Amino acid sequence: MSPGHYLALSAILFTIGAVGVLVRRNAIVVFMCVELMLNATNLAFVSFSRMHGNLDGQIIAFFVMVVAAAEVVVGLAIIMTIFRTRRSSSVDDANLLKY
Amino acid sequence: MTAANLTADHVTVLAQVADKQSGEPFFFWLLAIVSTFAALGMIFMRKAVHSALLLAVVMLCLAALYAIEGAPFLAFVQVIVYTGAVLMLFLFVLMLVGVSSTDSLVETIRGQRLWAAVAGIGFLVLLAVGLGNAAIGNSAGLKQANAEGNVMGLARLLFSKYVFAFEATSALLITAALGAMVLAHRERTTPKPTQKDLSTRRFLAGAAGVHPGPLPGPGTYARHNAVDMPALLPDGTPSELSVNPVIAARTDTASRHADLYGDTETEALEQDVAAVKAATEEAEDASAGPREVKEAGK
Repeated sequence: MSPGHYLALSAILFTIGAVGVLVRRNAIVVFMCVELMLNATNLAFVSFSRMHGNLDGQIIAFFVMVVAAAEVVVGLAIIMTIFRTRRSSSVDDANLLKY
Repeated sequence: MTAANLTADHVTVLAQVADKQSGEPFFFWLLAIVSTFAALGMIFMRKAVHSALLLAVVMLCLAALYAIEGAPFLAFVQVIVYTGAVLMLFLFVLMLVGVSSTDSLVETIRGQRLWAAVAGIGFLVLLAVGLGNAAIGNSAGLKQANAEGNVMGLARLLFSKYVFAFEATSALLITAALGAMVLAHRERTTPKPTQKDLSTRRFLAGAAGVHPGPLPGPGTYARHNAVDMPALLPDGTPSELSVNPVIAARTDTASRHADLYGDTETEALEQDVAAVKAATEEAEDASAGPREVKEAGK
């Protein structure tokens, strides 16, 4: 199969994730949409790796996964801290990080 | 037709035949459709848990796609790290925040959804135009790169060309772990109450009229053992303390003693009271016997 198909799927998933970030207001769901976008880029990297016939793309996708895992840990901890003080996980309510 | 042309044609035909034989198009279209619909569902589901589960579907589909594309190592990492760890972390946090939390459908910014959809479609068109203009040839395939095995190939690159990035990753992971600990840690503003403090507090409250001991269990002295049946005290009065306050507030005590025999509520309550009294007397008789024997034995 042509890499174009995979890239198109990756573009569609990325766009869906981006629209989700714009539309949803629950911070956790917004975060999940960001994860979807990261996954979509990973698919593009893997397709490029296959297209060029070397493994560099897969290495980059691997690093993206590592960074995403670190990001999830810190991001969810922040969301939990905000929830503990605000009793809400809506992105509309969190406009001050301090209080 | 020149010989070069012929061979080029042959190569494409051979590639197409190999494609069809491997079943790749079938799996690609299946996974693509499933993952796209799951991703759309993830956006449109109101409950966050449903979104999380649909995200798991998308991630599993992507893992299968990686496996098809000659990246078995990444496919497994995707399942283990994303579906296994990251998504479970999401679910943990969702459970802590409350599973039943749903997004309200009121738009706080006017026309937010419409403009988001417009922006999404515009962005998709932009990407499509970019991809359409790019010269995407046939894929070279990973046969040569994966000759030693995918993991070996990745390891060779990771520990030679990308070794600095790999080391930087370790620093990133340690920082993330530390950050999570700092963020999750809560400073106590008051000292933690000891067992002694709790006991003192309970008896001080008892002086103000609150029962200091444990509350009676529901239905303890009644004929029923359902949680909404109040316990009957030895003198026959139902004890409101024995029922969950939510249930106690909802119904009248007498109506809860109405049962299936068609009695009126007061009749049922009287029957229950009589049964309790009889049981109490029986118990007293039974305990009176052995005690006398014991005393006689002394």
